[in-house]
Amino acid sequence: MVSYILRRIVATLPVMAIVALFVFSLLYIAPGDPAVVIAGDQASPADVERIRQTLGLDRPFLVQFGSWLWHILHGDLGTSIFTSLPVSTLIAQRIEPTLSLMAIALSLTVLIAVPLGVVAAWKAGSWIDRSIMAFAVFAFSLPVFVIGYVLAYVFALKLEWLPVQGYTPIAEGVWPWLQNLILPAVALGDVYIALIARITRASMLEVLQQDYIRTARAKGLGMRDILFVHALKNAAVPIVTVIGIGIALLIGGAVVTESVFAIPGLGRLTIDAILRRDYPVIQGIVLVFSFLYVLINLMVDVIYTLVDPRIRY
Amino acid sequence: MTVSTTRTVTLPPGLVIAPQLPDLLRPVKIRRGVLGFLRGHPTVAIGSALLLCLVLVAIFAPYLGTVDPTALAPAKRTRAPSADFWFGTDMLGRDIYSRVLYGTRVSLTVGLSVAVLASLAGLAVGLVSGFVRWADGILMRFIDGLMSIPPILLAVALMALTRGSVGNVILAITVAEIPRVTRLVRGVVLSLREQPYVDAATASGTRTPMIIMRHILPNTLAPMLVQATYICASAMIVESILSFIGAGTPPTIPSWGNIMAEGRALWQVKPFIVFFPAAFLSVTVLAVNLLGDGLRDALDPRMAKSL
Repeated sequence: MVSYILRRIVATLPVMAIVALFVFSLLYIAPGDPAVVIAGDQASPADVERIRQTLGLDRPFLVQFGSWLWHILHGDLGTSIFTSLPVSTLIAQRIEPTLSLMAIALSLTVLIAVPLGVVAAWKAGSWIDRSIMAFAVFAFSLPVFVIGYVLAYVFALKLEWLPVQGYTPIAEGVWPWLQNLILPAVALGDVYIALIARITRASMLEVLQQDYIRTARAKGLGMRDILFVHALKNAAVPIVTVIGIGIALLIGGAVVTESVFAIPGLGRLTIDAILRRDYPVIQGIVLVFSFLYVLINLMVDVIYTLVDPRIRY
Repeated sequence: MTVSTTRTVTLPPGLVIAPQLPDLLRPVKIRRGVLGFLRGHPTVAIGSALLLCLVLVAIFAPYLGTVDPTALAPAKRTRAPSADFWFGTDMLGRDIYSRVLYGTRVSLTVGLSVAVLASLAGLAVGLVSGFVRWADGILMRFIDGLMSIPPILLAVALMALTRGSVGNVILAITVAEIPRVTRLVRGVVLSLREQPYVDAATASGTRTPMIIMRHILPNTLAPMLVQATYICASAMIVESILSFIGAGTPPTIPSWGNIMAEGRALWQVKPFIVFFPAAFLSVTVLAVNLLGDGLRDALDPRMAKSL
């Protein structure tokens, strides 16, 4: 078990190195001189030269990559061109709302999607199943800002149940924090809920045909025990995999959701960085999110072995 | 010369022809033609019908009662929907109905281009990776790395560096979508390579290009087509997200994401500016997803019941 986890961690190192290489070389994939690109259209030659100097763009590619990677390994993600603050400080300031939003969306998803999928598989072919699956197709097609605006319009503007926009740090109380995040989390989780519900149903349908399910029914176990203890446990691996992969949807969606609900998180930071062409900040955000994504999927791999003892690599 | 069309069977003595037995199996009803196929797969029918309407809207946008989508009219700012302005006007007085209809062009162009380009590029990389052993390890590490960057962020990072244009949006989203196709094609190639008939073809001296043409490609086509529809839907969403956050098509081009971005500041008082492009985007994505689901069920009947 421990050696398996260690091997998995070692196996993610090359992936992370390649991610870092990609994120770094993005600057060079784009056509033209990177310094000119970052400086923008209205920059004077002096501005371009200043940017070239501060970012060290006058050095050879590998030297730049090496020194950039060295700094990253020491927790230094570079310096923002616009604010002159370290990128790591900017990200640290903004990460709480984003992580809160993603955590609540993820919890909502698991709490809603898995039972929906289980019930749909149990009642396969019935009107319950068909309406759950129809809901999943529709929910999957609603872009995150569309559902965000609809929710905000109905529940915040018209019904006035929840605040329209903004964010309250968790330090100021759990309820105010939660209150601000419910609508964004539902909007963000919507696509994810649809996806997980479909995967849960597919995976459960397969398991429910197994002999031991028939045995469990024959010995008189209640349907709830069969579904949630016997079947779900065996259907869990594909579900957990897709939950892991689907985090990418949450990360991408968070940028937009924060913009719709005016939440001052990493998404807001990304949008500001795009408008100001603050490339080191964009690089830092992409890198942090990608590493987060890789780590989550590493955790998913570890969870497999806990869920399913048959898996041993 | 005459050819006898009926053959009389002369039976040896003692044998009689068995009586015609009734069919035990119900005759299989074979639906032929496009219409028959569509009747058998209603989701494909609904999806393609919706999509056809949208394509027609995109092509004939100038003739559907639209005005110049970029024409400013400061005197008629933020008018609510009415008989004159069906979807209202935005804060610069531009007609939202016209802008939304012209926006169909951007979304469909981006969706279709990304689906085609990502499929072709992914097919090429996937075939190389499936057939060339030494390249497989290196390519797959790169694909793993590329897949570890959330697609929207990768597109954002690429767009932040380039001038906003429809072409660049297409390229940025394509790069982000290539890994998915590559993985799919590689999987198909690896499983097909183990098939006896591919072994037989190799043993009888068939060259690799011919094996790819005859055995690999036909088997890759169906899953790739399904994948392409999902990529198309996801590309349209990513395009509107990029435009919405200011990293997509230039603001001068009426795209759904741009219209929503412009309406963002006013959405609490003038929700219709955001509503109409949002509704069009949702319907378009739904149409493509229905088409994809239907095609998957039709092309892979084993999957039909479960997903």
